[in-house]
Amino acid sequence: MTTPTTSTVPGGSASVAPDNASGPAGRIASIGAGTTALLQRNGVAAFGALALLVIVGSLIWPSFHTADNLRNTLLGNSYIGIVAIGMTLVIITGGIDLSVGSVFALGGVVGVYVNNQAGPVAAIVATIVACGAIGLINGMLVGYARMAPFIVTLASLFGVRGLVYQLTSAGATTYSVPSDSSFAHLGTGTVLTVGVPVLIVVALYFVFHTVLEKTPFGLTTLAIGGGEDAAVLMGLKVRRTKVSLYVISAALAGTAGMLQAAQLVSASPIIATGYELQAIAAVVIGGTLLTGGAGSLIGTAAGVLLLGTINAFIRELQLDSTWNNVVSGAFLVTVVVLQRLLNYRRGD
Amino acid sequence: MSSATATVTDAVARIDRDTALRWTRDNGVYVALVLIVVYNLLFTPRFITLDNLNVQLVLVTRIVVVSLGMAMVIGTAGIDLSVGAVMALSGALLVQFSGLPGTAAIALALLVGGMVGLLNGFLVGHVGVQPIVATLAFLFAGRSLAQLLLSGRNPSIHDETILGISSGSVFGVNGLIVSAAVAVGLVAFMMRRTNFGRQLLAVGDNPRASYLSGVPVRRTLIGVYVISGVLAAWAGVMDTASITSANALSSGLNYELFAITAVVVGGTPLTGGRVRVVGTVAAAILMQLLRSTLIFHSATDAVSQMITAVVIVGAVYIQRVRARA
Repeated sequence: MTTPTTSTVPGGSASVAPDNASGPAGRIASIGAGTTALLQRNGVAAFGALALLVIVGSLIWPSFHTADNLRNTLLGNSYIGIVAIGMTLVIITGGIDLSVGSVFALGGVVGVYVNNQAGPVAAIVATIVACGAIGLINGMLVGYARMAPFIVTLASLFGVRGLVYQLTSAGATTYSVPSDSSFAHLGTGTVLTVGVPVLIVVALYFVFHTVLEKTPFGLTTLAIGGGEDAAVLMGLKVRRTKVSLYVISAALAGTAGMLQAAQLVSASPIIATGYELQAIAAVVIGGTLLTGGAGSLIGTAAGVLLLGTINAFIRELQLDSTWNNVVSGAFLVTVVVLQRLLNYRRGD
Repeated sequence: MSSATATVTDAVARIDRDTALRWTRDNGVYVALVLIVVYNLLFTPRFITLDNLNVQLVLVTRIVVVSLGMAMVIGTAGIDLSVGAVMALSGALLVQFSGLPGTAAIALALLVGGMVGLLNGFLVGHVGVQPIVATLAFLFAGRSLAQLLLSGRNPSIHDETILGISSGSVFGVNGLIVSAAVAVGLVAFMMRRTNFGRQLLAVGDNPRASYLSGVPVRRTLIGVYVISGVLAAWAGVMDTASITSANALSSGLNYELFAITAVVVGGTPLTGGRVRVVGTVAAAILMQLLRSTLIFHSATDAVSQMITAVVIVGAVYIQRVRARA
């Protein structure tokens, strides 16, 4: 009986450039594979690029490094930042979670609805439970039924979006909260001029970074990505860990959706389409490998901020915001090509 | 003695079970298609009529064309997320080249689609970027490029050649259906009768072994992504012809997801090494009929999305058997 390897992202494991070592990639790799691997690991490279962008921006536009601009960039990117935490963890195991955009929308709707029925505490609990339940289904299908994560979460991308439309009667029912309610303050409030969502995202990165780097759970996560069969043979709780990670990813996406709904004081059923792809882009730019086994949340944070800073650049250049996607796409290609060239020896 | 008999009986039972499971896995999509037609014959008045079937087929043509390219890419254990964006870009290019004769404009749109595929294939084959990331970049960039080309307008198309793809017919069959059928024929031929088809499957099965046995791995990969790009651009032309205008925001939106759904439900595994052309077409039609049936029975789009999710999971759950059997 062959063991199906279900954790593969489509094409994720297919590194098909068998004779690359003789090409320019091989030569570059031989110069400093060790150094570049080190640079990659904790998102040092991504943070370097980020610092460079901010410095260049500040030199060109005096307004670029103002506190206001910083606050807006941080607040604007905090939601995708939260989504990217779960995405990073799932990708480290060699999986993927395409359902986060839909779950994000579900989080907003559930949060606002329950808040209006039973108050903010119940809203937070209900959002985490409802979205966590979606993650539980994803996780069970991936972990226990051994189905491919890409397909399972593609199905829930459709299914959960359908559920959100159903809950809102295809957008006909609007869920909104009074802008002076304590729920709204979760999104609009500030502590020492810093937005509450920004504080939450910083706390979440701190917590999950510690979990990933310092706990058995985090090490199991990395081990699954490094080699699932080996992890099973080592006696690690592979299936349970996988299920937990999909639950975490969905719960985080739902929380992010709830916070954004609080900021906008209403929940929209069409919000966050394509967030899964933005989150994946941020994770990849942050140096986490889609093949699993290596990655860091610090890198992801840098990836999110890099994409956010690119958007800020486009704004300052007063270009059509449509350019955001064009530049982000080009940037993504550049980053992965560089990663591939620099990491060659490791990557194959 | 008796235990030996029991073992044999067990083995026979297991073989029967495996055969049954394998049969279900390979033919499930056709069975489902027949079931949904029978259901509609019995319970949905005025559904199974020539007119309505024609409408349903026309609706599904674009997804079929995109899915064919996706099936080939998935056959190499890759994925092409850029197809929807290529569709939008292709429509925008038709507008851009509206000064040229229709055939030339179409040719240029297909050329650009092929170039996007070339870029994707180069990134995957030569640089070794994971297909999901390589093609994700153009998913972001392509639709935005189309928007920039059209600067927010949805210009109408007046060229007779382009419009003829949708309004014309061959022996009474709608031009879109003919286009899709030709694409299905070409891809089926490529997969079954050409070296390229066999090499594609070999690369999907085991790139390393293929390389060692002399299969031109990189060239095959580039070829596959180029074909996917050209087919997506062609689907974009079909889409533009049928709505008689270019729309950068809606043309091909989420088509990458619909195409992946059709390919997967059709029985092509994401792990590569196997491509089911007819299964993919059947699955695309199945998903379309399912959706229309639900709408005929006044279910909302929301419900049909949820049922889509269940169908995907169900189909893949059945296919999972393959690994065990």
